[in-house]
Amino acid sequence: MQAVTENKTFTPKIVAFCCNWCSYAGADLAGTSRLSYPANVKIIRVPCSCRVNPLFILRAFQRGADGVILCGCHPGDCHYSTGNYYARRRMTLLFSMLDYLGIERERTRVEWVSAAEGNKFAATMNDFVQTITALGENVKLGDLRCKQ
Amino acid sequence: MAENSKQLRETVLRITGVNPRKCMKCGKCSGTCPAYDEMEYHPHQFVAMVEKGDIERLMASPSVFRCLSCFACVERCPRGVEPAKLIEGVRLAMIRQKGANHLTANDIPELLDSELPQQAITSAMRKYAK
Amino acid sequence: MQKIGVFVCWCGSNIAATVDVKAVAEAVKSEPGVVFATDYQYMCSEGGQARIRDAIKEYGLTGIVVCSCSPRMHEATFRKTAESAGLNPYMVEIANVREQCSWIHRDMPEATEKAIILAKAAIAKLHLNAPLKAGESPVVKRALVIGGGIAGLQTAIDIADAGYEVDIVEKTPTIGGKMAQLDKTFPTLDCAACILTPKMVEAAQHEKIHLYTYSEVESVKGFVGNFTVNIRKKARFVDETKCTGCGVCMTKCPSKKAKSEFNLGLSNRTAIYIPFAQAIPNVPVIDPESCIKMKTDKCGICSMNCAAGAIDYKQEDQIITQQYGAIVAATGFNPISLDKYDEFAYNQSPDVITSLELERLMNAAGPTKGVLLRPSDNEHPKTIVFVQCVGSRDTTDCGKPYCSKICCMYTAKHAMMIREKYPDTDVHVFYIDVRTPGKNFDEFYRRAVEQYGVDYIKGMVGKVVPHDGKLLVQGSDLISNEQVKIDADLVVLAAAIEPDKSARPLATMLTASMDTNDFFTEAHPKLRPVESPTAGVFLSGVCQGPKDIPETVSQAGAAAAKVIGLLAKDRLVSNPCVANSNELLCNGCSTCEKVCPFGAIEYIDKEVNDHGKREVRRIALVNEAVCQGCGACTVACPSGAMDLKGFSNRQIMAEVDAICKL
Repeated sequence: MQAVTENKTFTPKIVAFCCNWCSYAGADLAGTSRLSYPANVKIIRVPCSCRVNPLFILRAFQRGADGVILCGCHPGDCHYSTGNYYARRRMTLLFSMLDYLGIERERTRVEWVSAAEGNKFAATMNDFVQTITALGENVKLGDLRCKQ
Repeated sequence: MAENSKQLRETVLRITGVNPRKCMKCGKCSGTCPAYDEMEYHPHQFVAMVEKGDIERLMASPSVFRCLSCFACVERCPRGVEPAKLIEGVRLAMIRQKGANHLTANDIPELLDSELPQQAITSAMRKYAK
Repeated sequence: MQKIGVFVCWCGSNIAATVDVKAVAEAVKSEPGVVFATDYQYMCSEGGQARIRDAIKEYGLTGIVVCSCSPRMHEATFRKTAESAGLNPYMVEIANVREQCSWIHRDMPEATEKAIILAKAAIAKLHLNAPLKAGESPVVKRALVIGGGIAGLQTAIDIADAGYEVDIVEKTPTIGGKMAQLDKTFPTLDCAACILTPKMVEAAQHEKIHLYTYSEVESVKGFVGNFTVNIRKKARFVDETKCTGCGVCMTKCPSKKAKSEFNLGLSNRTAIYIPFAQAIPNVPVIDPESCIKMKTDKCGICSMNCAAGAIDYKQEDQIITQQYGAIVAATGFNPISLDKYDEFAYNQSPDVITSLELERLMNAAGPTKGVLLRPSDNEHPKTIVFVQCVGSRDTTDCGKPYCSKICCMYTAKHAMMIREKYPDTDVHVFYIDVRTPGKNFDEFYRRAVEQYGVDYIKGMVGKVVPHDGKLLVQGSDLISNEQVKIDADLVVLAAAIEPDKSARPLATMLTASMDTNDFFTEAHPKLRPVESPTAGVFLSGVCQGPKDIPETVSQAGAAAAKVIGLLAKDRLVSNPCVANSNELLCNGCSTCEKVCPFGAIEYIDKEVNDHGKREVRRIALVNEAVCQGCGACTVACPSGAMDLKGFSNRQIMAEVDAICKL
């Protein structure tokens, strides 16, 4: 019973990395279309999904994020032609390492969101927040020293 | 697709390793087939019928044993579909359904066709008699 | 320590209705480095911008954060504002509190809290910003077009008409390319020479165009706006400046057994030759392989008969070095070799020919003077079979996986022209699909069927067997579910087309990327179809992908427009948010070079001063004019030497920290 009440008050911290050309514009479109998603999703703009170093994701978890999502252009649509493929490969490796460490696979995600997919962006974020809320707090990777 | 047909299709695809979806329906296999006129279902139809799971109809047809296993279709298919392998797979599935993994010598006279070379039968013997 | 000013925009009620802007301004005041924070109805308005300018001057701000709409909307505006107040434009950060906050949330405390966090993240990032300056490089006002076919000619003419110098490098002795070999062109059936030769003349006579025929690109250095190219001008053994093009040398040449490349081996030529009558330049070339003088030193007849004294057996290759601002690849295509297709008997019978060979046999200037005669016995063929998709859409290692795009239409053209000229001829076409997406294309194909009675058979030919002076064609007819056997006199194979063999080494020189089929890759498949991902390199014609003449000409024009756009600039201003390698950390491993999609990274040997220790090391050097700032290299770098200006590791980490801190 205690767990249920805890989950009710738990609002996860979620970091979303969005590439400047597709996903960040998709997030803007979600805003322009007034499609809501929870306020605990905070977006960091990067030029391309391939700019996201796996270390950034680990850093977010260390500092207390409960979920990290990386959004980029659809395969074949990358502004820099191949960046999202690099991102996909790097994240596959990172995620399997996190899995190996015992971190729930659902805490990390890669999604392709185009500049025209405001709907998809909002839906993805809603779904991701739900998933993370159900998973609960990120205890394993959070660094106690970073807690205030 | 009925459950039985689906299973049969899976079996044929598994034992042959052929992916009939690669077929672009050009008909080069049938254009090259030396046994074409003897067959009720021609190589390109074989591929389409296996893909659709329509394998029981193939099994009921003498076409299965009219294929000479000359592999001209395999050699010339531009998409690497390998129709002759599928036919071989259907033959094997038929034999497996009968509960055995090979032809017996007694089966052969019945399968012989005076107008055709006996290559298919001998190749089947060669393959399954071990 | 930075002195930061924070400006919170109301955007009318767009932001202010859901975000307590005053609370945001108040909350950020306690952040380290923030010396000023305010709010205003419309920050992007003149009044708002004036406030920003005044604050920068009054408080001596070193950077500003604007909490407003998306940076995609007004980042450029606020950067200009900052610049006009004497601040570096890259000391501006935007916190997106409209699209990504006020518009999507309804609860005011919640939205306000998020807006504060976004502002704090922007402040944290701004602390690590450094003033950036966009690099500038001069533009050489000259373009190089590689390939003198219709694609290259059209691009060159369009660029030259805009007033820029253009050089065309063509590896064969004449310009004109594949189109010069064609007979008629679909779908209008006008003759290829009638529309091509005026273009060839136009290019040759254009005062801004310089032709380097029988020449190849030897090396390319430099980058967009300033390429240095070495061109190898192969020895013609004929002095172009003296030759009058009278042609006496060719009539006198005793070596007459060489195969004509232009006629695809269907006729012979002399050792000194011009490829065809309308060739440009009209200057012959000596083929040293068949020249008696050059092989045995016992001839010299051409030299004796040349009134102009233009023959020079001792001529040597010349290297020409030239600077260019832009380079256009227009290297074109060839039909694939059919050696691996034994079933079509191409190598066994002279009466099995490719479609390009048929073009020569039907061309009035061709080896048969335009009379369709089969090569084996010079008889009129009565039954002709066309086979489409020979090697196209073929995933085995014999052929090509792609559709060659032009074959459906030229086969319809051939079939129609034969039926028109020789109505007693039976024409059968084996097809898998007939693909006619183009203006008046399907109408053209239907005319071949309905008006000219061409027999289209849905199916593929399985084998062609030469038999008794005939060709036995066995194929399938999938519609009537029959195997058809046709006794044909002539079989025409629509061979797949592939990029010219010179394209791959050229791509390496240009650091332009290619796909697995050796077609040049475009910078963006939809939005930048005529540019290579390598800045300053443009694509024209089939070297980018199969296309017909109308499409080639439009693409050639598009490439020219892009080149003109580049050459019209005096200097190139590059995006300053580019990668940058720390030479003390770089270990010279080349990983970054391999992931860079633009070829912007090169390795140099440089003396570095590592804490007093001087040594020469192999280190990465980013060409700032070429780098587009994607950041792929920064993650690939194993030693952490590579970083991206404006989106540095520390900046992004600072944002992460600010967001995660509650």
